Amino acid sequence: MHAQGVWVFVEHLGGEIAPVTFELLGKGRELADDLGTELAAVLLGDGVRDFAEQLFRYGADKAYLIDDPVLKDYRTYPYAKGIVKLAQKYTPEIILIGATTLGRDLSGVVATWLNTGLTADCTELSIDKTTRLLHQTRPAFGGNIMATILCKNARPQMATVRPRVFPLPEPKPKVGVVVEEPLGILEEEVPTQVIKYEEEKGPGVYLDKAEIIVAGGRGLGSKKNFRLVEELADALGGVVGASRPAVEAGWIPFAHQIGQTGQTVRPKLYIACGISGAVQHLVGMQMSDVIVAINNDPNAPIFNIATYGIVGDVTEVLPAITKEVREALAGQKGVR
Amino acid sequence: MHAVVLLKQVPDTAEVRIDPKTNTLIREGVPSIINPYDAHALEEALRLKDKYGGKVTVVSMGPPQAAEALKKAISYGADRAILLTDRKFAGSDTLATSYVLAKAIEKIASSEPVDLVFAGKQAIDGDTAQVGPGVAARLNMALITYIERVEEFNPMEGYVVAVRKIEGRKEYVRAKLPALLTALKGINEIRYATMPDMIRAARYQPEIWGKEQLDVEEAFLGLKGSPTQVWKSFVPQAKARAKVEMLTGTPEEVAKVLVEKLVPLTLVANK
Ligand SMILES: Cc1cc2nc3c(=O)[nH]c(=O)nc-3n(C[C@H](O)[C@H](O)[C@H](O)COP(=O)(O)OP(=O)(O)OC[C@H]3O[C@@H](n4cnc5c(N)ncnc54)[C@H](O)[C@@H]3O)c2cc1C
Ligand SMILES: Cc1cc2nc3c(=O)[nH]c(=O)nc-3n(C[C@H](O)[C@H](O)[C@H](O)COP(=O)(O)OP(=O)(O)OC[C@H]3O[C@@H](n4cnc5c(N)ncnc54)[C@H](O)[C@@H]3O)c2cc1C
Repeated sequence: MHAQGVWVFVEHLGGEIAPVTFELLGKGRELADDLGTELAAVLLGDGVRDFAEQLFRYGADKAYLIDDPVLKDYRTYPYAKGIVKLAQKYTPEIILIGATTLGRDLSGVVATWLNTGLTADCTELSIDKTTRLLHQTRPAFGGNIMATILCKNARPQMATVRPRVFPLPEPKPKVGVVVEEPLGILEEEVPTQVIKYEEEKGPGVYLDKAEIIVAGGRGLGSKKNFRLVEELADALGGVVGASRPAVEAGWIPFAHQIGQTGQTVRPKLYIACGISGAVQHLVGMQMSDVIVAINNDPNAPIFNIATYGIVGDVTEVLPAITKEVREALAGQKGVR
Repeated sequence: MHAVVLLKQVPDTAEVRIDPKTNTLIREGVPSIINPYDAHALEEALRLKDKYGGKVTVVSMGPPQAAEALKKAISYGADRAILLTDRKFAGSDTLATSYVLAKAIEKIASSEPVDLVFAGKQAIDGDTAQVGPGVAARLNMALITYIERVEEFNPMEGYVVAVRKIEGRKEYVRAKLPALLTALKGINEIRYATMPDMIRAARYQPEIWGKEQLDVEEAFLGLKGSPTQVWKSFVPQAKARAKVEMLTGTPEEVAKVLVEKLVPLTLVANK
């Protein structure tokens, strides 16, 4: 059968759709338009029917729905079986899944059962209009190289994408169709059970959602000086980020690391303090709207991607900015 | 208890450099190591053996040099090592890799039933994190990814409980045996090899299995059996931006100018 349609897997937790789903719908819309095909959301869960409308607003033409109590909490087996069943029946050309812990757990199983290729952690996706192939670009070897991967013969072409790699599209009013299928799996057939869980409140959880990030690097020089970064972040109501050396020096936990081996972020404002701008750091933050760089070396590569640059000593410039911010905000009563 | 641990030999990617002339990876002189995640997976398996008795078998697919990684595993206390090596396996993507690994596990299990398979969360070279789930899918085993530790192993009742760490929470997952677990890095302290185990490892020769020793179909092996292909590779470049605006003056002066520029963007104070 002729494979058709771009699908986006809908990730959700606690009654909320994960933002990466909307980001993928935005990208998926472009790919579907380039292919002249439809964009569908793949929605599995228990009592999730109402999500469909939101998915349409973010660009989906259709939602494939499997609604079943067995799908209440995410578990690999019933979710993977459900998607495989839909994919075998409706033969999509492309399936996109968020490269979250959940998405990575799911995608490897789905691709294996569908006997198809899967490209991990893509940072770029595009359609070659002559071959209709999906060009999937991803980092490998710890971010030292990028590779463009093709899946020429097997279908669907499957890819995972990290959160924040693609922008959040603007929702627009739109209607779509819901296509429902039964799951057909009994609870007894599911080989795993979540017997309990503990919520972990870590700052890392919020980093990829932060609108303002103040990040410090090796240039801070000491744990004591790193406080200056935290103070500015606090004054701005932002979150603290770090380069790898700052994490390795023990100035701040790993959850704050930004870059290839840390988190990918996309805030409105990113202030890089004492960070040189190595490519492994840049890939995690270069999509920020406004980038401010503070560095005492005027030739530091970070200035190549900065919106505003300040050549100076972080231990002098940071306290001055923090003071200025506090004064500016004191005048804006009620804002914070 | 019988655990199989999947070990990949990888270049230490922290040591990999790029040749600026050819824009390719310089791998010469880069040490080969056991994938760090797999070393922690092995440690978790060895701890179960310490506690419950039994056996740990390590398996690696790779070129003949990968025998070194397996011998290292023997020195830590693994009992048996199998190297899957054959020209026909070269160029495998994750689908073809999981195929050969799954076939090897089936063969091992046919003479000595396997309770648990351990893999790393991901390999630091390919970085896909797909092989563990792929092997579990092929063998129809329960899968628990991103484990921090095994909490309980209960062969009598046929289940294992592992603690997995995912975004924002820790889950205690109970899975039917046999199960495949993928391990995070840094979850346990890797033991030192004891002198007797080091001596044993020095003399140990891993069993070598190629295509002939496994019940495999050639169409699913190596490049032929790999739906994905690396079409091109290149060195990452930062995205080009409009030219930077440099702010100059004393710290107080630049701070003032900067904040004036940021406030109209309504960037400040949107907690
Ligand atoms: C496989 C791999 C993965 C990696 N993953 C990551 C990752 O996820 N994230 C990451 O960040 N890095 C990562 N790295 C490391 C990366 O290559 C760089 O080494 C790192 O980003 C550099 O951090 P830095 O800018 O803080 O330190 P440096 O490069 O040492 O830069 C310090 C900067 O501070 C400036 N400075 C010094 N003193 C002052 C002062 N008083 N005032 C102002 N400026 C000052 C210096 O001029 C310099 O530009 C990875 C590397 C590899 C090989
Ligand atoms: C630049 C580049 C990009 C690539 N991109 C893709 C891609 O997007 N999709 C794709 O399918 N393939 C891709 N490959 C191929 C892939 O790297 C290989 O198939 C590799 O053998 C397994 O994948 P991995 O290294 O990502 O392992 P992972 O899936 O990250 O490894 C997880 C765990 O599986 C076990 N394991 C993995 N390989 C072995 C082994 N050989 N022996 C024993 N245990 C093992 C280990 O326990 C390991 O910790 C790429 C290769 C290159 C060079």
